[in-house]
Amino acid sequence: MNQDNDWWLARWRVMLLIRRVEEAIACMVETGEVRCPCHLYIGQEAIAAGACAALRREDSVWGGHRSHGHYLAKGGSLEGLFAEILGKTTGCSGGRGGSMHLFAPEEGVLGTVPIVAATVPLAAGAALAYKLRGEKRVALAFFGDGTLEEGHVHETFNLAALYQLPLVFLCENNLYASHLHWTERRLADNLHEAGAFHSIPGQRVDGNDVEAVFLAASDAVERAREGGGPSLLECRTFRWRGHVGASFDVDVGCQRRGELDEWLSKDPLPRCEAALAARGISGPDAETAIEQEIARALDAARRAPEPAADRVLEHICAH
Amino acid sequence: MRTLNYAQAIREAHCQLLARDPRVFLIGQGLWSPWYAGGSLENLDREFNRDRLLDSPVSENAVTGLGIGAALAGMRPIVFHPRMDFLLLGADPLVNQAANWSYLFCGRASVPLVVRAVINRGGEQGAQHSQALHSLFMHIPGLKVVMPATPADAKGLLIAAVEDPNPVLYIDDRWLYGYTGPVPEAMTATPIGKAAVRRAGRDITLIGISWMAAQALEAAQELSAGGIDAEVIDLRSLKPWDRKTVLASVRKTGRALVADPGWRTAGASAEIAATISEDAFDALRAPVARVTLPDAPAPTSPAEEKAYYPCATDIVASARRVLNVFVPELKFAAAR
Repeated sequence: MNQDNDWWLARWRVMLLIRRVEEAIACMVETGEVRCPCHLYIGQEAIAAGACAALRREDSVWGGHRSHGHYLAKGGSLEGLFAEILGKTTGCSGGRGGSMHLFAPEEGVLGTVPIVAATVPLAAGAALAYKLRGEKRVALAFFGDGTLEEGHVHETFNLAALYQLPLVFLCENNLYASHLHWTERRLADNLHEAGAFHSIPGQRVDGNDVEAVFLAASDAVERAREGGGPSLLECRTFRWRGHVGASFDVDVGCQRRGELDEWLSKDPLPRCEAALAARGISGPDAETAIEQEIARALDAARRAPEPAADRVLEHICAH
Repeated sequence: MRTLNYAQAIREAHCQLLARDPRVFLIGQGLWSPWYAGGSLENLDREFNRDRLLDSPVSENAVTGLGIGAALAGMRPIVFHPRMDFLLLGADPLVNQAANWSYLFCGRASVPLVVRAVINRGGEQGAQHSQALHSLFMHIPGLKVVMPATPADAKGLLIAAVEDPNPVLYIDDRWLYGYTGPVPEAMTATPIGKAAVRRAGRDITLIGISWMAAQALEAAQELSAGGIDAEVIDLRSLKPWDRKTVLASVRKTGRALVADPGWRTAGASAEIAATISEDAFDALRAPVARVTLPDAPAPTSPAEEKAYYPCATDIVASARRVLNVFVPELKFAAAR
């Protein structure tokens, strides 16, 4: 299956948007303008861009601490993201959540939270709701490789398989959980097999190849939508920056093994640009437009009001 | 009004909720077994489709997470734990996720989830099948906690819990299942956060929680025979709890005793006693007394169980002490 020119241009735009937004946030972290912990997605853009292209607007995605890319790829408002990170009332979570708590239900971003693995069973719960109501919707859980070390993910695999839920487990294996390389956490390099014991098929995908991610995700999403049950994708990638913050590696004592240079050469963006070039599509105009879009959104977010201090006790309970 | 027992009242609430609202479903262990839920769910799986009563694998944590996700996607799930001890395996999603989402997303999200947990004390079941852990959850902002003590409230609070847009922990006690009382046939919600004055009195306020509210009522009868006129409040909701009703009563009687089926240290009774001291100190004629479990795990042997669980007799003795009436002995004198 070959994707058409519009598809390639759209995916490139999403990936470039995420890259430039994350770079802008990195600058704001370095200057101290942004104080909340930010876990940047740079290097992993092809996964969010490819997977979200396989989803419909009414499908839901769920994420973790490193979810700016998921939010943007699923259609979350850019100004809402900047305002959220700056703690403004116009933020996508009203300025209460910060970088790690993003929410855009109208676009199907049903929530991102930093308790590792927390949204995996929540995504399964949404999938259960879709199934009980007879809706042809799919839930997709984005999570990192460290998430597979949490026990309730394996409970969720079993429940999702048993109830044949319309669910996609999408593991972004960027090789590190915080500061620990996978070899310090696990003996075998076999995360795509994690669901096999629970009858969940798994597949390993080049996570820096947006088309490969899209094709694998499309298969998994269609299988889920048609009642075929859940599946697991392990998308191999690498995070360029530290676990948290703007620096490239050593911020949390992470000993990179010369991998960064190797993975910089696998940058998903030039790979996408090569595909564009091969199709005779050029993107510089789009790049300028993206930079202007970011500047406008950031400016609006900076001018937005901060919450009043007396808001602090509001919304503890819903009414 | 017709009479039901507490378990029948819980069952009727489930039936009516399932019949009325297609968003309601149950998930948890033992839903298809009469043994687990002691009649409170008997044959519901035959009356309704088993798709709406998911007797789940042994996965409390993920099952609670599924409930939260389904609630966020528009359902009204009831997650069931036939033994409250196992709720701890699902405490992470309840505390970290369900309780926080409304606040985190500034009211743009809410988690209309009911977690039902059964206190299953006695019967030589020991430390891991007997716990009353309500105080742990009462500590968490964003969670509501209810503990009905009568059949009518067992039904009414379950209805209120399912109708509430927030996560509600509904705790029932197997020791109450045989208690009978009038229960409305209609779906009448018992308001969350409102206590009930079960007996009016002048001399002392007995504030009871769950089974201890029933014991407090028995204690009041006995105290009455000795000329002490006790007011009995059934707290019903622990979070939020009805400060207004409790404080008004204590202002009237000048004395208070809290009877809690949980442990003493940092328990519900401590919170209530502290609040009375803060807000009605001027009205108090004696220190606030507490009748609670001692700070010890539940034993199994019948002899130790008898010593471990306080009941109406202990409330009577403690109330007499508050009123400076001679008390020959107290069961937990050492613990106090």
